[in-house]
Amino acid sequence: MSDTTRLSLFEAARVVARRDFHAILFSRAFFFFLLGPLFPIIIGAMAGGIGGQVQRDANTRLVAVAMSEPDAQAMVEARARLAPQIGMALPELGIASSAEKPEAILREKGRNYIAVVSGTPGEPQLTGPQDSIDFWRGPIALIAAEARTGTVASFPAVRENPVETSVAAQRTDRIRTAQAGQLLLFLLMMLLAGMVLSNLVEEKANKVIEVLAAAIPMDAVFLGKLVAMLGVSFVGIAVWAVAGGAIALLAGNALPQLPEPALGWPLFIAFGIVYFAMGYLLLGSLFLTIGGMAATVREVQTMSMPVTMAQLLVFFLAASAITSPGSPLEIGAAMFPLSSPFAMLARAAQSEALWPHILALAWQALCVILFVRFGAMIFRRRVMKSGKGGRARKPRFGRARSA
Amino acid sequence: MTRPPADGHRPLAIEARGLVKRFDDTLAVDGVDISVPEGAIYGILGPNGAGKTTTLRMLLGIIDPDEGVRRVFGNDRPHEVAKLIGYLPEERGLYPAMKCDDAIAFMGAVRGLPLVEGKARGRELLEGHGMGHAIDRQIRQLSKGMAQTVQLLGTLVHRPKLVVLDEPFSGLDAINQGKLETMIRELALGGTTVIFSTHVIHHAERLCDEVAIIAGGKVPYAGSVDVARDRIPAQVRLETRTGEGLWCSALPADTRHDVKASGSHFWYFPVPESGIEALLKPLIEGEAGILSLSIERAGLHDAFVEIAGEAAARALREGSAEGTGQ
Repeated sequence: MSDTTRLSLFEAARVVARRDFHAILFSRAFFFFLLGPLFPIIIGAMAGGIGGQVQRDANTRLVAVAMSEPDAQAMVEARARLAPQIGMALPELGIASSAEKPEAILREKGRNYIAVVSGTPGEPQLTGPQDSIDFWRGPIALIAAEARTGTVASFPAVRENPVETSVAAQRTDRIRTAQAGQLLLFLLMMLLAGMVLSNLVEEKANKVIEVLAAAIPMDAVFLGKLVAMLGVSFVGIAVWAVAGGAIALLAGNALPQLPEPALGWPLFIAFGIVYFAMGYLLLGSLFLTIGGMAATVREVQTMSMPVTMAQLLVFFLAASAITSPGSPLEIGAAMFPLSSPFAMLARAAQSEALWPHILALAWQALCVILFVRFGAMIFRRRVMKSGKGGRARKPRFGRARSA
Repeated sequence: MTRPPADGHRPLAIEARGLVKRFDDTLAVDGVDISVPEGAIYGILGPNGAGKTTTLRMLLGIIDPDEGVRRVFGNDRPHEVAKLIGYLPEERGLYPAMKCDDAIAFMGAVRGLPLVEGKARGRELLEGHGMGHAIDRQIRQLSKGMAQTVQLLGTLVHRPKLVVLDEPFSGLDAINQGKLETMIRELALGGTTVIFSTHVIHHAERLCDEVAIIAGGKVPYAGSVDVARDRIPAQVRLETRTGEGLWCSALPADTRHDVKASGSHFWYFPVPESGIEALLKPLIEGEAGILSLSIERAGLHDAFVEIAGEAAARALREGSAEGTGQ
């Protein structure tokens, strides 16, 4: 034992962090934590597959041609001639009977037409919902004009002069990187903050919390718990990085590539890790405060729901600010503690300036300290009011109401 | 760190003056004064809900008082002397997945004892208390009594100078209660100050040098157990064969008379100021048939009734019955 009569804040936090780190690392919860990222990937893939199938089934690009047989044929051929130049802008065409009324064709089940073009190429008539008419009027007129002339239009060859990127393309690319970084940050933080919350609730259920509260400051308990979970998350990230690296090596160029961020990959990843740590510490301390106030798991769920929703809003705020760097919205998102890590990571993807990051990290660190202290204060005020259950009790006699 | 002396002799391990704690609109503790000399066994005695746990939590710095001051080893911030204190809360708490020696080492570590040393001491303590077979067992695999012993050992592993035990006897069977009493006496013999709360008078009576009687959030009495008992005059207990005779007029006016099924007559009265010698002559000459005669000192329970009132004593008795499962 050292000569002093108490542990320092950081020594005490280290004792708590060490215990929690070992306990979580060798628990089943950590195994599921490692599997965590698989769930969004699997769900995303499934949702994408289902969405694609639905899209194919729905096919909102199919327009029926209800003209005489030669005219219909001319329309189909005209579309085929135009397709190599402006294929994506053209509707797909299906031939329908000209004897049928367009309204009847549109009502016909199983054929799935979005509109019907009837009449002749010289005088085409488009039948369908107003928004479909608005959308397809131009392309149908183009096809009809091509069908009417019946000649093969010749297009001049366009010489290609590719450059690496343009300002606009670079900006768009970096937005993609920023979005990917923000999304990853958000998912990780929510996963961890939930874990740290259940960890504290478990501690309260075990009644260990009073032993800790009597020995060390509650700030140290909070800090220790946050740091332990952060350590666990770094282990998890290391495992995921190794697994991801292996997959990337195996898959090679088959994987989608993210554009390089403004600060370059090494610095962007470093900032990503630091902003993740800050964001997690901020959200985690909020969740710990909730865990400190709640007595049961049900209370935790009830109380954490608004915070989760608020965090979602904060994420959307930071995400929507990506496209307007330097705007009041983006600066606000960078200054508001809970959205700051998201906004600043997006900056790291889009801007080469370093000083805003140093400023933001200092601000976020200050907020972490304030959040932890506030959480510990609330905890001390709301918990341990009485001998059992942390609530003031009904009196047995006299004025005393609680032991 | 200053050590205010207690009555000019022993320094105080704990000193509290005018502690007040409110929870919302509830007044839990109302002006508690306590002085615990170093090396004493000190009991905080009161019924459930009297304010014992809240008082202990304030003394330990778990919660802060709304008013008043408390000093532990002369320090008004108890966490500053955390390494000198061991605390067993009323609601026992251990990590279920931890092994016994790890649990003890962890409890020592939060009080500043290095983990390796704590683990070695934990193994020693477990073996010394007949739990050597459980060293590598997880807490969740232990019985309630064994887990409670582990927590108590964790409270002591860093060899604190002050041990605070909140209702330490609750949940223990008679044998383990006896073991705990022995352990508390041994700690005090070694110079450790022990302060414990209880709602069972017998534990306080058997163990404590001093007590604080707490009722309704107030401390109507704090001091020596002997002085508390001496507040009530010693009682004479006389057993006679007959219940009538001229000798009866020699007994004090406030004598209580009781007849047992055996036919014996029992007479209870305070020791007269002149002593009992003057009574003996009329009893013998009047052929009262003295079967037994004793002078009995008042118990702590009587003192408690006298000090805290009948309502508090009734609550204490009810609490004791609940606590011992009677």
